[in-house]
Amino acid sequence: MLKYGLLLLTVLSMASCAHVKEYQKNRINDSEMSLSSRHVEKNELNAESYREGSSGANDGKTGGGCGCN
Amino acid sequence: MKKLSLSVIGMYLMMAQAFSQTNATDSTGYKPKKLKLDEINLVSSYYDQTADKSAVMGGEPGPRGVANVTDFANGLDLTFIGWDKKKRKNTLALGLGIDYHTAASQAYVDSSGTAKNDGTRIYPTINWTRENEQKGTSFGIGAYYSAEHNYYHSIGLNASVSKKNKSNGEFSLKVVGFFDKINMIYPSEFYPVDSLKNTQSSDSIVYRTSASGQTQAFVYNNGQLVSNSDKHKPQTPTKPRNTYTASLAFSQIINQRLQGSVEMDLVYQTGYLGLPFHRVFYNTGKDTIENLPSQRFKLPIGFRLNYFLGDRVILRSYYRFYVDSWGLMSNTFNLEVPVKLTPFLSVSPFYRFYAQTAARYFAPYKVHSETDTYFTSNYALASFNSSLFGAGFRIAPPKGVFINSLRTLEIRYAHYMQTTDLNANIISFNLTFK
Repeated sequence: MLKYGLLLLTVLSMASCAHVKEYQKNRINDSEMSLSSRHVEKNELNAESYREGSSGANDGKTGGGCGCN
Repeated sequence: MKKLSLSVIGMYLMMAQAFSQTNATDSTGYKPKKLKLDEINLVSSYYDQTADKSAVMGGEPGPRGVANVTDFANGLDLTFIGWDKKKRKNTLALGLGIDYHTAASQAYVDSSGTAKNDGTRIYPTINWTRENEQKGTSFGIGAYYSAEHNYYHSIGLNASVSKKNKSNGEFSLKVVGFFDKINMIYPSEFYPVDSLKNTQSSDSIVYRTSASGQTQAFVYNNGQLVSNSDKHKPQTPTKPRNTYTASLAFSQIINQRLQGSVEMDLVYQTGYLGLPFHRVFYNTGKDTIENLPSQRFKLPIGFRLNYFLGDRVILRSYYRFYVDSWGLMSNTFNLEVPVKLTPFLSVSPFYRFYAQTAARYFAPYKVHSETDTYFTSNYALASFNSSLFGAGFRIAPPKGVFINSLRTLEIRYAHYMQTTDLNANIISFNLTFK
């Protein structure tokens, strides 16, 4: 599975990044294109951090600050 | 003479006009703006779980290992925005979270099953960020506090910096520290009953479980009981747990429809990393309290890729690889597909798959040997797979939802299940006011 992540990273770094002007960012700036978790997902992420052994790299907790792992 | 006079007057008028020009007015009209409330977010969720093999009962299956949980979580976030004289944007974010939970396993902290089985957690936060939009840089600091009834309290501090480049990319670094104090509340069978009969010759703390099943701590000073007064309240001892995190992230706009990011956290935890009321049953039947190493290193790496397909569909993908020094490894894959039914209304089905290998110190109920150095039967550290699936609904019309100030309403339902027989449902609401 890590190889799929590395593949994604390769796409990110090797893909031809077109210069996108501000007036061309209407789709990129759509709120649902945001590169972060939604506000409404916040408590789902908390529940996952309590029930699973891993955490982090997802805008949520990495450990500490709670009675979780 | 008249010609000379006229010439002098003419020259004077020309000179006067040259010095009568006023400075051109500033057409930008920029003025600093004080911090003003810009946005209010209210998030509320209800979580309902059924499970067994609770950590409090050492992973015991069946009724005594019941791990049913309900949690009503609420969070209120206020965002204030202002601009200073140097045209830098200042953002002040204030947050307050209040959760109320019930946990059936909590009752078995007392072996009779009569201990308090609910609790409340309160956690305020404050964050301040200064952004220079011209330079594409930002800097921020923040603090966090959390207190959960009977279990712990925590102080968190964070600092962050970010820099945008000219190619629509952005680097960011955030460092966070959590400094927790865990209340050492042990299962009742490990407390001496009526230990007041045993006198103490020096300062100490003795725990007594009464006939009603309630356990109290009594502080002794030079053999004399000091309790039940405002000055000498019985105190439960605490142990520290500290967590240090450095988060590195890079995001990039690839083209008009595609953008992605990578985030890596370097996490180091030290101190008391278990919980004092988590039992472990040895293969002999004897029970004890879980014992975990006092250090843990974690390395999660997450990747996001979002693509705007056509005019109505967005593909939000996420993958995370995780590994830590306790031998636990996991992979997470998440795909969400918002479909815009109208420009202001969207439905977002999603699916998340998670697969985890066990930490090397985990073993199920009555498997650990008494010669093991570290041991736990907390199924959060076991080997399992899980699935999370559901859908969200989002409405954000330009004139507001019902009222002008309510700009966004989101409702989201998810069902969660693990191969450990844990099942849960969570429904969440988010209201955004501007």
